[in-house]
Amino acid sequence: MTDKPIISCRDLSKIYTMGEQEVRALDGVDLDIAEGEFVAIMGPSGSGKSSLMNLIGALDRPTKGEMWINGKALSEMSRDDLADLRNETLGFVFQQFNLLARQDAFQNVRLPLRYARKDAGDIDARAKECLELVGLGSRMDHRPMQLSGGQQQRVAIARALANRPRILLADEPTGALDTKTTAEIMHLMQDLNRQGITVVLITHETEVAAYASRQIHFRDGRIESDSAHPDLKRPSGG
Amino acid sequence: MKFGVATSSAAEALFSNPMRSLLTMLGIIIGVASVMVMMSIGEGAKAQIEAQISSIGSNVLTLQPGNMNRGGRNHGGGSGRPFAEADVTAMGELPFVQGVTGILSQQANAVSEEANWVSNIQGANASFFEVNNWRVAEGREFTTQEVQGGAAVAVLGKTSAANLFPDGRAIGQRIRVNSVPMEVIGILESKGQSGGGGMGMDRDDTIVAPLGMVRNRITGGNRQVSRHVSRIQMLVQDGYDVLEAQEETTALMRERRRIQPGEQDNFAVVNFADMIKQRAAAAETMSMLLAFTAAVSLIVGGVGVMNIMLVSVTERTREIGLRMAIGARGGDILLQFLFEAIALCTLGGLIGMGMGWIGVFAYAQIANAPMMVSPVIIATALGAAASVGLIFGFFPARRAAQLDPIQALRHD
Ligand SMILES: Nc1ncnc2c1ncn2[C@@H]1O[C@H](COP(=O)(O)OP(=O)(O)OP(=O)(O)O)[C@@H](O)[C@H]1O
Ligand SMILES: [Mg+2]
Repeated sequence: MTDKPIISCRDLSKIYTMGEQEVRALDGVDLDIAEGEFVAIMGPSGSGKSSLMNLIGALDRPTKGEMWINGKALSEMSRDDLADLRNETLGFVFQQFNLLARQDAFQNVRLPLRYARKDAGDIDARAKECLELVGLGSRMDHRPMQLSGGQQQRVAIARALANRPRILLADEPTGALDTKTTAEIMHLMQDLNRQGITVVLITHETEVAAYASRQIHFRDGRIESDSAHPDLKRPSGG
Repeated sequence: MKFGVATSSAAEALFSNPMRSLLTMLGIIIGVASVMVMMSIGEGAKAQIEAQISSIGSNVLTLQPGNMNRGGRNHGGGSGRPFAEADVTAMGELPFVQGVTGILSQQANAVSEEANWVSNIQGANASFFEVNNWRVAEGREFTTQEVQGGAAVAVLGKTSAANLFPDGRAIGQRIRVNSVPMEVIGILESKGQSGGGGMGMDRDDTIVAPLGMVRNRITGGNRQVSRHVSRIQMLVQDGYDVLEAQEETTALMRERRRIQPGEQDNFAVVNFADMIKQRAAAAETMSMLLAFTAAVSLIVGGVGVMNIMLVSVTERTREIGLRMAIGARGGDILLQFLFEAIALCTLGGLIGMGMGWIGVFAYAQIANAPMMVSPVIIATALGAAASVGLIFGFFPARRAAQLDPIQALRHD
């Protein structure tokens, strides 16, 4: 592990206002994740896990606080800069796979390569390589409808890997999968982590979290516990 | 911005729901088809008018009896007092006149050894051929001497010649016009249909013969005017202002007829080329009106496209969010939807062009007009369709591009 964090959050807050009501989805979170870590984020429903993930993923902007990816402050980046960051540095895996239904596996994996500003090299070769990496080399021309849930999630992972991201973000990637498939996906994640990709994963299941090298528990928009800092007591509740 | 991904996504969206695409294109199809039909009709009319002007000559003035007013229409219709040959001579002395001829015309029955044909006989001076820029294709014109001597010779128009002499070889043959025998000395080159609109008569269906001979032996004289002619044609010298010539001619004729100032002319000096140009202007107005109709249907089509594109953006919000999540910039999304709208409209434009082509073809068959589909028309029709896509696709595309990534992803 290197010392310099690849993801860094300071006093990060996300507040949703719905009419009179204020929901503090994230409430002053400080968090550092070093390059090469495999972090599982856990916590009850509504504790702010997805909110954090969306901020780290440069999909959303915080209400308060600052965050850095790779040393760069996201608040200083334009919409296009953020799009490029998502394209080059981050890879997303969603619970609902989010594949384009009208395109086959191969085309789905090619998509981030086609949006790349940098020279992505041989796009077709790279897409093929990624699909082979997730064990779907023989299913390239299958549409999402023609694939099982586990296979669809593999396609989604292949897509996330296409531009060789340094960070893989997965929000409940196994939430829609059975136990056996879950284990397969988690092994894949572990392999990717061993190859140097930083993985941040949200899960409700302790078996899934066990694959990670670090577990962080959330409650009411705050970090309740962090296995990397077991001694650090954080106030809980408000 | 990434063009490749934008175009392929757009094409895919277009064909994923062909029925909806087709219905959306309907307005564009109709608009483009009507743009095409009206432009080609307009262009055909223009070409026809130009051909007429060049066949008549824009520097020929015609003096007609009777008054002329209201939009260049001759209400006197030749019912007024005819002119005299003295008038023809006087007109010929105007400085700008290059050639002048009196004309006396009547329907007459012509008979050859082979056939029988009712034609328009025109008694004229020898300048007739020069003034009308109408030369013989075969044989020769009659001369001034023949006109003065009242020679019984005739020059046939193409149609008359063809009807009187189906076998050809008309030169040197005899014909009888209202029982008067004449020798055919020439056949005129073809002038084709003249006038267009209401006038559509065959100018080639004519027999031209010396003026005095025609008056003496065929039409007979006039009770009021001795040695009369029914109209006078004058060729204005090149470079001389035709309008000025028209005014001077009018002034001289008023003087000769002793028309007091303030009194109306009882004759008219007409420039047929001008009349045709006026008609062309009217046709242009008509064609503008049609263009306006076409534009309206294109706009209506455009609004339909915009509507469907907005629906499409809403339906595909999650897809947009996903594309943004994996690195599409706002510009990429904008381009994708803009291309989709342009492709939709251009495809509609192509279909509309096909239908327009059928329309133009049908019109050409029915109206017996030339089929005019120039590259300009095709480019205009397609360009109009693509522009509609660009203009009406922009708002939905920008809305898609400005979506917030996380809100778009959460959309259901
Ligand atoms: N777009 C939104 N508008 C309003 N409130 C929101 C929005 N998104 C999240 N919230 C609220 O913020 C809080 C945290 O939501 P978040 O999605 O981060 O929870 P989570 O930990 O991911 O829960 P789960 O395990 O159910 O996915 C919840 O109370 C939720 O209702
Ligand atoms: Mg969540």
